[in-house]
Amino acid sequence: MNELWHTFSSAIAQLASGDPMLWGIVGVSFSVSASALFIALLPALSVGFVLAYFRFPGRWAVISLLNSLLAVPTVVVGLVLYMLLSRAGPLGDLNLLFTRPAMIVGQILLCFPLLVAMSLSAFQAADHRVLETAKTLGANPWQAFVTLLFEVRFALLAAVVTAFGRIIAEVGSAMMVGGNILHHTRNITTAIALETGKGEFVQGVALGIVLLTLALVLNVSLGWMQSHSRVLRHGT
Amino acid sequence: MKYLPAMGLRASVAILLSLMSCMALAESIRIATTTSTYNSGLLDHLLSAYGETHDLEVQVISVGTGKALRMAQNGDVDLVMTHAPVAEAAFMDQGFGIEARSVMYNDFILVGPKADPAKVHGTHTVTEGLQRIAAFNSKFISRGDDSGTHKKELQLWQHLGASPTFSGYLESGRGMGHSLQMASELGAYTMTDRGTWLALKQKLNLQLVLESDPRLLNPYQVMLVNPARHSHVKVNEAREFAQWLINSEGQAAIGSFRINGEALFLPSAE
Repeated sequence: MNELWHTFSSAIAQLASGDPMLWGIVGVSFSVSASALFIALLPALSVGFVLAYFRFPGRWAVISLLNSLLAVPTVVVGLVLYMLLSRAGPLGDLNLLFTRPAMIVGQILLCFPLLVAMSLSAFQAADHRVLETAKTLGANPWQAFVTLLFEVRFALLAAVVTAFGRIIAEVGSAMMVGGNILHHTRNITTAIALETGKGEFVQGVALGIVLLTLALVLNVSLGWMQSHSRVLRHGT
Repeated sequence: MKYLPAMGLRASVAILLSLMSCMALAESIRIATTTSTYNSGLLDHLLSAYGETHDLEVQVISVGTGKALRMAQNGDVDLVMTHAPVAEAAFMDQGFGIEARSVMYNDFILVGPKADPAKVHGTHTVTEGLQRIAAFNSKFISRGDDSGTHKKELQLWQHLGASPTFSGYLESGRGMGHSLQMASELGAYTMTDRGTWLALKQKLNLQLVLESDPRLLNPYQVMLVNPARHSHVKVNEAREFAQWLINSEGQAAIGSFRINGEALFLPSAE
């Protein structure tokens, strides 16, 4: 117990001291996951919208496929991407293996199905009259889409928070296609894996605290926004 | 650059990002090396010595020997430093690498629980030690990851004429540091390179039970990826770093690496 407390307090001290290596690693995690989310967001929302509002042959197959992709382990995404990006693979000429962009691509693949599935259910739960009203008022499809996005913004925000949580906490793909290179592709999770291998639990705990704090802040603010909006709506 | 239609948009975004992230690192090479050289801290020590007089950035990817050689074979790194003589000979024979040079060596040791239930302490050959562990059906953690250490351990069992099938034989599938910690938690024996042991032993509830059998020598070689197979590899820069490792400066840096006053690796380049 004493040992545990000692590790925990040293971890807090290391974070507080502003250790540049530690915060550099945190920076890699944030820039990679934020880029992945940013790139995946709009395409994923569009796919979710199309699946929610248009009927076409094979629609159910696409939805089943996306739902299955939700269950794919991160290491499998990493392995497939590794084989594609390796010099011996079909995309080797892009020279992306062991770089941040490779990690970003991996995380895009991981968060895309999640964003589609969650936005699909958000769109489906939305009141269909919103879209119809927008159309009757002369909105073009794009304006109708934007109106609907605004209507379901909290559900979408929840999708974004969940997706961000999934990719910033994943280690399988980041380790395989990033290679855990210091100052380049070492992020929070791969660093934790490495440091615990070296018996250096302090840095692992410090980085774990960052991840936990992040999850707390994101979810608490989301919860606050949702309840706040309900109060507003009930007030009017 | 080749574009594939399906990946077009994403790839071009990725290329843009990669250009952005590469601006700061015009000159860099990648070395695949083993967890034993990285987790012990040797590589950090060598690279900081190298960095004092050179601008070339060396990016380290630390994996097991099997995977490191595979990365080199695929051309995903520029050079490789490993410790599995048989696998390295095959790698060279197939023309995947060039200019193999001996860099350093350390040795393997057997470590185990302080109570030493199989009474390995006091035996003099690794053959005898392993025999006792199997006979007592003590727990033994094998790396099980096709690393140099794992290959060596399998050779030793083979030499015994026995396959490790006793129920105490467990495969961790992880690096040396993780495997040592697992052995410590489970009260198991394991075979480790001396470097990782010295770096970690203060955090482990284990003791050294067998050492100094000539069969346990652990030589490290550096090899460049064959540019005839992968024209993109930075063979000149890789050679520059490999040369530094085996010249007097690099060899001195290897010899001066100490943890708690103990040398972990002995330079061996002629």
